[in-house]
Amino acid sequence: MGKYKDNCCINCSDEDRAKYEEIAKVIDSYKGKQGSLIMVLHAAQGIYGYLPLELQQFIADRMGIPFSEVYGVVSFYAFFTTKERGRHVVRVCLGTACYVKGAQKLIDSLTDKFQIAVGDVTADKKFTIEAARCIGACGLAPAVMVDDDVHKEVSPATLYDILDQYE
Amino acid sequence: METIMINVTIDGVNVDVPKGSTILQAAQIANVDIPTLCWIKDLDPDASCRICLVEIEGMPKLFAACSTPIADGNVIYTKTDRVIAARKAMLELMLSNHTTDCFSCQKNGDCKLQDLCYEYGVERTPYVGAKRNDPIDDSNEFFTYDANQCILCRRCVRTCHALHGVGAISATERGFSAKVSTPFGALLGESDCVSCGNCVSVCPVGALLPKQPEKFRSWEVKKVKTTCTYCGVGCQQNLLVKDGKIVGSEPLYGPANKGLMCVKGKFGYSFVNHEDRLKTPLIKKDGKFVEATWDEAIALIASKINAIKAESGADALAGLSSARCSNEDNYIFQKMMRAAIGTNNVDHCARLCHASTVSGLATSFGSGAMTNSIPEAADQDVVFVTGSNTTETHPVIGSFIRQAKRKGAKIIVAEPREIPLCREADIFLKIKPGTNVALFDGMMNYIISEGLQDQAYIDARTENYEELVEVIKPYTPEAVAEICGVDAEDIKAAARLYAEADKAGIYYAMGVTQHSTGTEGVMATANLALLCGKIGKYGCGVNPLRGQNNVQGSCDMGCLPTDFPAYQKVFNPDVVAKFEAAWGVKLSGEKGLTVTRMLDAIDEGKVRGLYIMGENPMMSDPDTKHVRHALEKCEFLVVQDIFMTQTAELADVVLPGATFAEKDGTFTNTERRVQRIRKAIEPIGQSRADFEIINDVMAAIGYKNNFKTASELFDEMASVTPSYAGMDYARLEGDGLQWPCPTKDHPGTPIMHVEKFTRGERAIFKPAPYRPAAEQPDSEYPLILTTGRILYHYHTSTMTGRVEGLMNISGHAYVEINPSDAAEKGIVDGGKVTVTSRRGTVTVEAHVTDVVSEGVIFMPFHFADGPANLLTNTVIDPIASIPELKVCAAKIEKA
Repeated sequence: MGKYKDNCCINCSDEDRAKYEEIAKVIDSYKGKQGSLIMVLHAAQGIYGYLPLELQQFIADRMGIPFSEVYGVVSFYAFFTTKERGRHVVRVCLGTACYVKGAQKLIDSLTDKFQIAVGDVTADKKFTIEAARCIGACGLAPAVMVDDDVHKEVSPATLYDILDQYE
Repeated sequence: METIMINVTIDGVNVDVPKGSTILQAAQIANVDIPTLCWIKDLDPDASCRICLVEIEGMPKLFAACSTPIADGNVIYTKTDRVIAARKAMLELMLSNHTTDCFSCQKNGDCKLQDLCYEYGVERTPYVGAKRNDPIDDSNEFFTYDANQCILCRRCVRTCHALHGVGAISATERGFSAKVSTPFGALLGESDCVSCGNCVSVCPVGALLPKQPEKFRSWEVKKVKTTCTYCGVGCQQNLLVKDGKIVGSEPLYGPANKGLMCVKGKFGYSFVNHEDRLKTPLIKKDGKFVEATWDEAIALIASKINAIKAESGADALAGLSSARCSNEDNYIFQKMMRAAIGTNNVDHCARLCHASTVSGLATSFGSGAMTNSIPEAADQDVVFVTGSNTTETHPVIGSFIRQAKRKGAKIIVAEPREIPLCREADIFLKIKPGTNVALFDGMMNYIISEGLQDQAYIDARTENYEELVEVIKPYTPEAVAEICGVDAEDIKAAARLYAEADKAGIYYAMGVTQHSTGTEGVMATANLALLCGKIGKYGCGVNPLRGQNNVQGSCDMGCLPTDFPAYQKVFNPDVVAKFEAAWGVKLSGEKGLTVTRMLDAIDEGKVRGLYIMGENPMMSDPDTKHVRHALEKCEFLVVQDIFMTQTAELADVVLPGATFAEKDGTFTNTERRVQRIRKAIEPIGQSRADFEIINDVMAAIGYKNNFKTASELFDEMASVTPSYAGMDYARLEGDGLQWPCPTKDHPGTPIMHVEKFTRGERAIFKPAPYRPAAEQPDSEYPLILTTGRILYHYHTSTMTGRVEGLMNISGHAYVEINPSDAAEKGIVDGGKVTVTSRRGTVTVEAHVTDVVSEGVIFMPFHFADGPANLLTNTVIDPIASIPELKVCAAKIEKA
């Protein structure tokens, strides 16, 4: 219809451009359907990995809805993330049992080693560090999940051997 | 559809209410008060604040009255111990995360939370713990946001999204972190917020507060209901007055604004008390203005007018009245020109905005006004906006169009610029400036070729259809696509969408009218609507959006060189006889001069004296150099205004007028609704209401009027103005009346041409072929310059230019240019450029943006530091004499 811009910005990379074009196709496929924002965001996060400001603005513009509406939904649902994700997600359980058994030391060690905050991605984009609520593995405390794997009785000394298993 | 009534009992009051009512609506009918915080009249219930909980007999739990439908036989209790305990608990929860520094809170005394806590005896919260502790956002020019005061009722969010339609803020995050915020917590001043302040108006607590230089408590101010002085929507508002000064404004739920306002109406009142106001009459002596008494000034004016009249005849005098002044001011102004002086040389700036509407629609339908009512915009299936940047120039109508979109309407925008409404547009036709007629012809060509026209309507209610078919034949979508620079498929889609809709209105403004083919453009919109049977029906119509607060009224009042009030023609001897009898003097039956011709006539020495009331042609008229030359040459120039304008600087006598806040009167809005303005404060300095000044000038010239008050003046006007004949001040209380209102028992006319047209049984198709704009780009001037308005300013910015916040948001002239044109000339965003046309050069800031297409540049005409009208073309539409302000050839260079 001539009213849309087909990509994010003038200076973005070819890789970004391709992802934006893919997201644009998703948006267009939901055109005119009520309540499709969550599906679009779900797909967009799948394609782009996360939902940064520029992408949320792009989705809002292309769907013809306010930017704030997109942001309101993104910030409400824990599933959506506005931060870039590492190739692997490291979730240190901070449930009661793990906490008593010293899980905070794991967190401190990670944030110190990588010089990032909980929720951020490492500089090499390899790991996103997260703190989890109880993951239901209290008998294995302190537990750390890397992607879908649960590692038991982790200590700052063994933690990095575990992480080294991931590419 | 017949309404089924059901019987219910609320707190012992037995009432019948329509089936489907909520408990809250039923309680309103039963006159039982149920408290609410989150509930908003025009929106679906949010039911989030839980303050309206009530008990239904026989039901175990409590229900939110705002969202629960009431059932036949329900017995409701709104004040039982259970209900009160529940409400108290809700208030205690709200207080648990709310700053209770009521002593220092600006909202003290006007806070719903405070009122409810007082009513329910809640002194403090038992839930002590963590509280939100965010910095106050004071980045907006006009209001502050303190999240620590917010009770998360979401009234602001829902107003911003569902009523105003901008959606700058949202409810974000979850649980304790939940917060009303812009995306990513950006400052409001750096967000999509357009500062309309509707969120501030609906905030029940002190979270969103207007920035107000004067401190006051709600009980210290007098509230005066009046009509906003900006634009033609006619929003109803309260002016808040303390110690003779306007200290605030709040929207009212008027028929045309439904509780909404824009940034100018809500926050743009400070010009009234501005120190620059003219406070005494001024007489120019030896090139300098000297303060004078009213007696001196009026005596001088009368003697000059009488001398010129005696020497050169009445037609050597001319007058410009003002679309910003009241009906009363305008009526008496044209009466002065006609009855006291004896000439029809009276015109006003409608010549520059909608003269082609008046002439075009009068030809097609018999009446040159908006056919339908403003709120219908929110209730259409298809909205076709062309030549109007509606959300900026008529913001509340823009909001209604966005409301329609939320309800599922399709939006078509045909504009040379990507205006904000394009976000909502289903089809955006980015047409080349000046190609409207071609576009409409193309749409009609396709509609007829596909058989989408409403043949029954055409047969029953129109004439001259054959000529239309003939004229538009060459304008196939493909041919038109070429002319307009758009895709033929989009033209077809737009045509089909419009033709097939049940309820589809056309909204246009100066993008259609300000062309040398303006009248043809207007008639083309009428042709399109007639072709599809969309005149005289709810949610349809041809809707010219009038720019100034009373431009409809000033035309109605006869401030036109060919028209007495209500468009009764000066060249009709019967009409002249009628007015001679009413006014008791001999009148001229000769057509007078238009604005555009008056200036030429001064140059030619035919007009020697000019009286200007509330206009600023030095800024508003095309080719400023020519205007200045004429006004400087004018032997005797009187300017009556509220500020020393660029035009007033050139005057021999300057008279201080009073603003809308200092006088009684009426404005007629764009939907023909006559609404009261009411005196809120005494006139500033020695300024006086315009109608009082003119009345004295008339007496000094030798014509005595018989009225003392604005109300009596209105009555005289109504006695000679058939479309206003049924109106008087008493009847205008409440919602006002829409003309035609011919008799005292007539309810007014929300939709025109329902049974028959004003011109007679049938409307007439007046087709026209496309003619290009007079000045086309060439090798020397390769760009098309188009002009327009922006949200934050009003016309020549004599008023908005004195509102600090508006000037901080947008205070200087600029030109929009497409990135590729800019790159070619090495122009960067924010850099200085010169824009040159055959008439002059201005130096302004460049805004590099793809809002405009390649080959097109845009300038707002508000700013004296880079006046767009120094460049514009004086070529006029031969029918309506409206200048082609929307298109001229220009070039641009890095400065």
